[in-house]
Amino acid sequence: MNSSMIRRIGLALAAPTAAVLFATIASSIFLVIAGSNPFTAYGDMFEYGSRLEIQVDILNRATPLYISGVAAAIGFRMNLFNIGVEGQYRLAAIVAAYVGASVSLPAFFHIALILIVAMLVGGAYAGVAGVLKVSRGVNEVISTIMLNAIAISGLIAWLVREWQAGGTVDATGANLGIGTEPIDESGLIPNINSWLELFTREIGKGKELTGVLLVAVAVGVLYHIVLNRTRFGFDLRATGINPFAARAGGVNDKRMVLGAMVLSGVVAGLVGMAEIAKLGRFNPNFVGNLGFAGIAVALLGRNHPGGIAIGALLFAFLDTASGVLQVTGSASREIVFIMQGIILLAAVIAYEVVQRYRIREEARMASTLLAGEAEE
Amino acid sequence: MTNAIELIGITKRFPGVLANDNVNLTVKEGEIHAVCGENGAGKSTLMKILYGMQPADEGVMRLFGRELSFSSPNDAIDAGIGMVHQHFMLANQLTVLENVILGAEPTKSAGLINFDEASSHLEEVGKAYGLTVDPNDLVETLEVGERQRVEIIKVLYRGAKVLIFDEPTAVLVPQEVEELFRNMRELKANGATIIFIDHKLEEVLEIADTITVLRQGKTVATVKPQNVTATDLAELMVGSELPKPQISESSNNNTIALALEEVSVLGDDERPLVDDVSLSVNKGQIVGIAGVEGNGQHELVGAILGTQEIDSGSISLMGEDISNQSVRDRRESGLGYVPQDRQDEGLLLTAPLWENAALGHQTLRPFSNGWRQWFIDKVGSRSQTEMIREKFDVRTPNIDVSAHALSGGNQQKLIVGREMVAQPSVLVASHPTRGIDVGAQASVWQQIRDARSAGLATLLISADLDELIGLSDSIVVMFRGKIVARLNPSEINPRSLGAFMTGAALETES
Repeated sequence: MNSSMIRRIGLALAAPTAAVLFATIASSIFLVIAGSNPFTAYGDMFEYGSRLEIQVDILNRATPLYISGVAAAIGFRMNLFNIGVEGQYRLAAIVAAYVGASVSLPAFFHIALILIVAMLVGGAYAGVAGVLKVSRGVNEVISTIMLNAIAISGLIAWLVREWQAGGTVDATGANLGIGTEPIDESGLIPNINSWLELFTREIGKGKELTGVLLVAVAVGVLYHIVLNRTRFGFDLRATGINPFAARAGGVNDKRMVLGAMVLSGVVAGLVGMAEIAKLGRFNPNFVGNLGFAGIAVALLGRNHPGGIAIGALLFAFLDTASGVLQVTGSASREIVFIMQGIILLAAVIAYEVVQRYRIREEARMASTLLAGEAEE
Repeated sequence: MTNAIELIGITKRFPGVLANDNVNLTVKEGEIHAVCGENGAGKSTLMKILYGMQPADEGVMRLFGRELSFSSPNDAIDAGIGMVHQHFMLANQLTVLENVILGAEPTKSAGLINFDEASSHLEEVGKAYGLTVDPNDLVETLEVGERQRVEIIKVLYRGAKVLIFDEPTAVLVPQEVEELFRNMRELKANGATIIFIDHKLEEVLEIADTITVLRQGKTVATVKPQNVTATDLAELMVGSELPKPQISESSNNNTIALALEEVSVLGDDERPLVDDVSLSVNKGQIVGIAGVEGNGQHELVGAILGTQEIDSGSISLMGEDISNQSVRDRRESGLGYVPQDRQDEGLLLTAPLWENAALGHQTLRPFSNGWRQWFIDKVGSRSQTEMIREKFDVRTPNIDVSAHALSGGNQQKLIVGREMVAQPSVLVASHPTRGIDVGAQASVWQQIRDARSAGLATLLISADLDELIGLSDSIVVMFRGKIVARLNPSEINPRSLGAFMTGAALETES
């Protein structure tokens, strides 16, 4: 039992390790072709990434990536491809920022209100795609792509103007420009520098570790519990594996499609919260592409709560640490996009290979057992 | 006559199953050679090997004396072997001609399809073998029998000299079967060699020149139809040592457990798939449903389970009307279900066994607990699964392996086990022993019998007529969606039952 457990963990880790290794080698080839020294480039990135301040940046980047990855993973577990995380989180962010700025409440309630509004908006917007699929059979890939376009270049562009802040300068006198009203300090999730500093030296250079990290951890824990410990999660996974068997087993597939889509949207609504806490409002500089990156992170992490965390950290490291390449000039910064792409492709292939091996292995075990019994 | 096909010592192993065990098959040129055997006897595996879909582990294959090995169906097609699949592989939106040339299109310069050449070649093929079908018809407008003819022409168009027919009559009504047999004789007269896979004995005796019988992966005999009777063949197929399903005294206690009243299900084209069916199953009774596949049994099962909406009529379970209940409600009120295809409808192949054991019962103890049974009880589920494994003899290294890893028989025992331990009041069992080995089959029969003694009402749908007659207290026959006969199993045999199933007995009566 023990050795088989170690085997299983070893197999689970083999695929992503192989993928990262392969991507590193392949990227090195690109670097050499481009006339750079891969060792210097990677060395620079690791040296940079080992600094505490940069690690804070990496965690700040990984936090929304992780939430986005979980949002995508919820859909994936049911064979639903929610490409709409992008539109869902941005729409959720602007509405939450607007609602948050129009009230003043004690900190706890203020923050809770903003989070809840974001989750409701994300869930409702994803729910549109769910309703379309259940009632009209519209493929969710198509509808969420359309809904992204409607949200990003339609609704948000309109809402930003509609909800444009009245004043032109904020409390500190800085120019506000385009964007919603600033949210009171009480509505902003505080940084958790002190938590990190329990283990490390003081974080300097005005860096703040986002408190949304705790929200991300809670999302991960809840994701694990709901999926693996509740009947809803069981029904969801069963439908994902075999919708016909699930139906015969009493699962209402339409309700599950709607439920999974809405839940995915609820989580997606939280993706923009770190940015809200940082900017204190929604403006056109609001961070984008987290939804698409989340799909990659979910694939890399095999929809597993821990795996998605590793994927998010890896992508965040590459995104952040690559910044140093511009400074040292040891390579072009864009090499990390190539790396991320190769990691993803290699991971998908490696997982498939390992999965097939695992199935064969299990079948072999079962038949050896039978053969053994037959001889007795 | 030379030998068209020689298979010598073919062995094929699957995890936990020896699908083909040193099988020998010799097919003479220009004959119709039937390969028959029960489900799971290894017929399909043998044909897949011959058609290049799977490699054999051991053995030699000769085609017209030449030793060959195929790595894909393309190799087989090139060598002159064609397969007429049981499930048609046709594109409905294309014409007959387009379907026939699909994948083997003759081209003109610039890569354009040469339709003139294609249609003249098609006409030649049709004439040469006496097969007629309008090349410009859309496939979706054709009857089943015509579609099958398109499949045959498709194979001939590619130059096949040896045709494999995989249970071609399973989807046909009797008149179409006659038409098919006429076509097969015509093909033979024109020099084609035919391998005919079937397990319907009358048909085999009627059409074949030679019959090879497989049982449990082995060739047990090669016989001439004029020298054997249907009973001889059945004994060869089943083997005399096989435990016969045999019911003890009736335990029917006259409480109606499942009742269907005038239930109808309409298809997309408003044609009734289930036509005004009324039947009831008492506690402790097994009611068998006989019928050629595709005569409404599948829809009837769906209607009872709740996956198929009914258009009229009502269904009640233990006196309670369940016609409008969800699948889950019906299952919670005590409806057990063994699906006809365990992999398609019964299992989560990539999930561990203990999760598979919970499927269909996840709303009930011991699989879930807590407020409104919202939480999966992993400990309870696992111990229940261990119990099923023990009691139903599911051979597995442990209950954490995925369902994929088990052999068909063990998968089936797991499904039957999970339904039985839930102690249903009504069990709908659709082909419960299809494609499993005799040992597992005997065990499933025993489980059904034991449950019957304990008062379970069972609706048994099966293509295995011995199983139906042996287990059932009463048999109804479905034909084109209707119940056309209600029979007492002690007064019939597979032969007379078969006559009812094809509608032959009805025509003579009326």
